[in-house]
Amino acid sequence: MRRYVARRIAALVATLVFVSALVFVVVRVLPGDPASIMLGTEGSPEALARLRDAMGLNRPLPVQYAEWMGGALRGDLGRSLQYDVPVGALIVSRLPVTLPLALLAALFMAAAALPLGVYAATHHRRAGDYAAMILSQVGISVPQFWSGLLLILFFSVHLGWVRSGGFEGWSSGVGPALRSLLLPAIALGLFQAAVLVRATRSAVLDVLREDYVRTARAKGLGEARVVGVHTFRNALIPVVTVAGIQLGQLMAGAIVLESVFALPGLGRLALGAISARDLPVVQGVALFVASSIVVINFAVDLAYGVLDPRIRYE
Amino acid sequence: MARRRPLRHVTFTLGLAITLVLVAVAALSLLYTPADPLAMSMTGRLEGPSGRHPFGTDQFGRDILSRVMTGAVTSIAVGVIAVGIGAGAGVLLGLVSGYVGGWLDETLMRLVDAVQGFPAILSALLFTAVFSPGMAVSMVAIGLAFVPAFARLTRGSVLELREREFVVAARALGSRDGRLLLRHILPNSLPPLIVQATTSFPVAILAEAALAYLGLGTQPPYPSWGLMLKDAQNFLTLNPWFAVFPGSAIALTVLGLNLLGDGLRDLLDPKTA
Repeated sequence: MRRYVARRIAALVATLVFVSALVFVVVRVLPGDPASIMLGTEGSPEALARLRDAMGLNRPLPVQYAEWMGGALRGDLGRSLQYDVPVGALIVSRLPVTLPLALLAALFMAAAALPLGVYAATHHRRAGDYAAMILSQVGISVPQFWSGLLLILFFSVHLGWVRSGGFEGWSSGVGPALRSLLLPAIALGLFQAAVLVRATRSAVLDVLREDYVRTARAKGLGEARVVGVHTFRNALIPVVTVAGIQLGQLMAGAIVLESVFALPGLGRLALGAISARDLPVVQGVALFVASSIVVINFAVDLAYGVLDPRIRYE
Repeated sequence: MARRRPLRHVTFTLGLAITLVLVAVAALSLLYTPADPLAMSMTGRLEGPSGRHPFGTDQFGRDILSRVMTGAVTSIAVGVIAVGIGAGAGVLLGLVSGYVGGWLDETLMRLVDAVQGFPAILSALLFTAVFSPGMAVSMVAIGLAFVPAFARLTRGSVLELREREFVVAARALGSRDGRLLLRHILPNSLPPLIVQATTSFPVAILAEAALAYLGLGTQPPYPSWGLMLKDAQNFLTLNPWFAVFPGSAIALTVLGLNLLGDGLRDLLDPKTA
């Protein structure tokens, strides 16, 4: 196990270096002169020269990359041009919106998908199975931001139960804060739940065909115990893999739904930074989100090794 | 058995039918739309469905039906090119990685892991920060997000096929690496790649709509379903139908393509049938 973990960690570090290099290349190398993008057409030559100097753009690219990475490792992602505060602090200040939104959606996804997937598998080729599959097929086809719009249309425009967007902050209490995250989390989770239902169903179906399940039934165990104990735990391995990949997609999806529901999270921070030509913020958010997704994938790999000992010895 | 009669396969047939309708609508919109999709009318704004405008009108009085029809062209164009970029780059990476092996394989695979950290939305955000937003940014950002899946799939089948007798025999007969890869290995890896391309297509269409909705993709006044929904959101109380039709167009298209992909997988891969 220790060797397996060590190898995975080495791979993680290499991957993170590539992540940072990709962000650096897009923001600093591809545009030629990032300073002129940030100042736009109104910048005077003097201001341009000052910004280039302040950003260290006159130095060789490898030096710039090393300095940026060195800073990032110490938590220093530069300063926002728009707000004149550290980018790191700005990102941290937006996390209390994006993270709970993604987690709530993940919770919703698992709560809806796992029971439905197991139900479909245990009722294979019966009406319940077909109904679940049609439901998931429809869920996969509906774009998240459109289901968000439809939820607004129904619950806030038509029924007037909730506001159509905005976030009051956690300071006004957990209840109101959760309420403003509820509709976006449902819209976000619905799509991912539809994906996970299919993965759960096929994983459970695969395990139900195994010899040890037949043995468990043959020795007289009740169906609840066969499915709950012998099948579900083994079916979890592929399910965890899919769910892990989906956590990353939930982060990306949160960016879209923040826009639909006017929530002040990471996505809106990045979108605002684009219109303000605030490159350090875009660069910081991209590095943060991409690294988080890579780390989540790493955690899934490790979980895989824990759940299935065979993988460690490959 | 299903292999010989694909049309007997309900999922495949339904998916194919919906997809053909989509393509037909897109093709038709190039020749004929009920109204000019860009023509504004200050007198007929935000109307509900009527005989003259079956899907109603938007905030500039433009005919929504015509715009939904033209939007199909945008979706198909972005989808085809994005999947093309993802498949092209991914297959190339996978072929090299799997065939050469060693440290190059290890490095390329870590690069692929890194690219996986960039969902289309994130790449589009990054690109839009330095280039102007538009359809090209959407295509590249969505295409990049597909690279890891194609690369892994190709690498996997190269690793498997590399040791098979017919490849070893061809090598023994003096085939060069390029010929081995293109004539012997690639054609045998095609079925899973075709399925991957088909299942990527609806994902690309969803992503294009999301990017346009965020203002990172297709720009006005050109009709895109995502862009229409962005406009519709501001007028939900005045004309709710405005949000219903473009969204339904996306959902129906994606449904058709998903069914087609599922059906194709069943037909091409006997294991899952």
